Amino acid sequence: MWDRNQMAARAAQELQDGWYVNLGIGIPTLVANYIPQGVNVTLQSENGMLGMGPFPYEGEEDPDLINAGKQTITELPQTAFFDSATSFAMIRGGKIAMAILGAMEVAENGDLANWMIPGKLVKGMGGAMDLVAGVGRVVVVMDHTSKHGESKVLKRCTLPLTGQGVVNRIITNLGVLDVVPGGLRIIELADGVTEAELRSATEATLVN
Amino acid sequence: MKKVFPSAQAALEGVLFDGMTIASGGFGLCGIPELLIAAIRQAGTKNLTVASNNAGVDGFGLGVLLESRQVKKMISSYVGENAEFMRQYLSGELELEFNPQGTLAERMRAGGAGIPGFYTRTGVGTVIAEGKEHKDFDGKTYILERAIVADLSIVKAWKADPSGNLVFRKTARNFNPPAATCGRICVAEVEEIVPLGSLDPDAIHLPGIYVHRIVKGEHEKRIEQRTVRKKESV
Repeated sequence: MWDRNQMAARAAQELQDGWYVNLGIGIPTLVANYIPQGVNVTLQSENGMLGMGPFPYEGEEDPDLINAGKQTITELPQTAFFDSATSFAMIRGGKIAMAILGAMEVAENGDLANWMIPGKLVKGMGGAMDLVAGVGRVVVVMDHTSKHGESKVLKRCTLPLTGQGVVNRIITNLGVLDVVPGGLRIIELADGVTEAELRSATEATLVN
Repeated sequence: MKKVFPSAQAALEGVLFDGMTIASGGFGLCGIPELLIAAIRQAGTKNLTVASNNAGVDGFGLGVLLESRQVKKMISSYVGENAEFMRQYLSGELELEFNPQGTLAERMRAGGAGIPGFYTRTGVGTVIAEGKEHKDFDGKTYILERAIVADLSIVKAWKADPSGNLVFRKTARNFNPPAATCGRICVAEVEEIVPLGSLDPDAIHLPGIYVHRIVKGEHEKRIEQRTVRKKESV
């Protein structure tokens, strides 16, 4: 089974040289630590920045320089800043090759739910709906099951959707699955995970 | 006509009224018009509809207008950082319209650009699309989103010249330019007012035509999530 960092490292293998990429909050943020040697990607932060650098050294934090998770960050030599309308124009316009984001539920038809649990604290969708509707490829990184052991890889999402038919690939602690016609296809098993284990943790239809 | 005003209160003189719609710049606590928000708190203007990506935090930013119950409705994409907001929303005291972040930015941009609405893929098949016109273009479905035109825009910039040309700094630009353009009146608070001719005309982020009043002030610029890395040992 993969831990958070191993899931992030696996997700980093999805990156291709020259791509512009948006990383979500949580495990997706860790992906930046595992970008393969020789692969040059530019990270977009939807609050208005291309070329996001690492966290600042203590004492060098700048309140005017944050990422979409409101964390202090730094700039790089290739950094460009712009306003929110321009930021989402490049997202909606398909200029961002890939978004890697977290999820509460994913379904076999590519539906994604990651912003709202009815009756619970409602925080908002932020930029997630725009990202999944606009970027070239959507990769979800999440635990395969809930804390109670219920599958989060479903036939149909039960929570309000973030996007309909938008997910291309799912990376979980148990392995990697692709959304294909008719259901999900197992691409890879995590270290020490058997196909039977992944199947039993998956509610969605698995196809060959 | 002079655009430079001596204080945030003076810059808002005559433009506030109960029930008005205000568009505010800022992302989280970054680049928020903190002085103008504080002045609206002092003015006590009520029943506000505020379009802003976030709602501040308890005690700072738009949070101070929520505490004083001056806000009737928020139009936002993410409000997770504010306990008082949640309390008022869950008890039904506060209306909330969630907009996807890019849709909110584009609604403001469109409002300032004389475009009454636009079609977007964002939100198709979600609760956001409910009750909105759907239309297919080239085999894909889009929904119609309406522009926002506000009675007042409040924004924060880094530098202004006396003609109202604005320059923003780093990611503090965020929603400020689109918010500025969608208001019938735009008031900008800045860290510095520089003499005419000292801003590079090729590097102005928002031309002064959009900015009616300017006020310079001291900004707290609070950091919401201070994250740092350790210096590698030598």
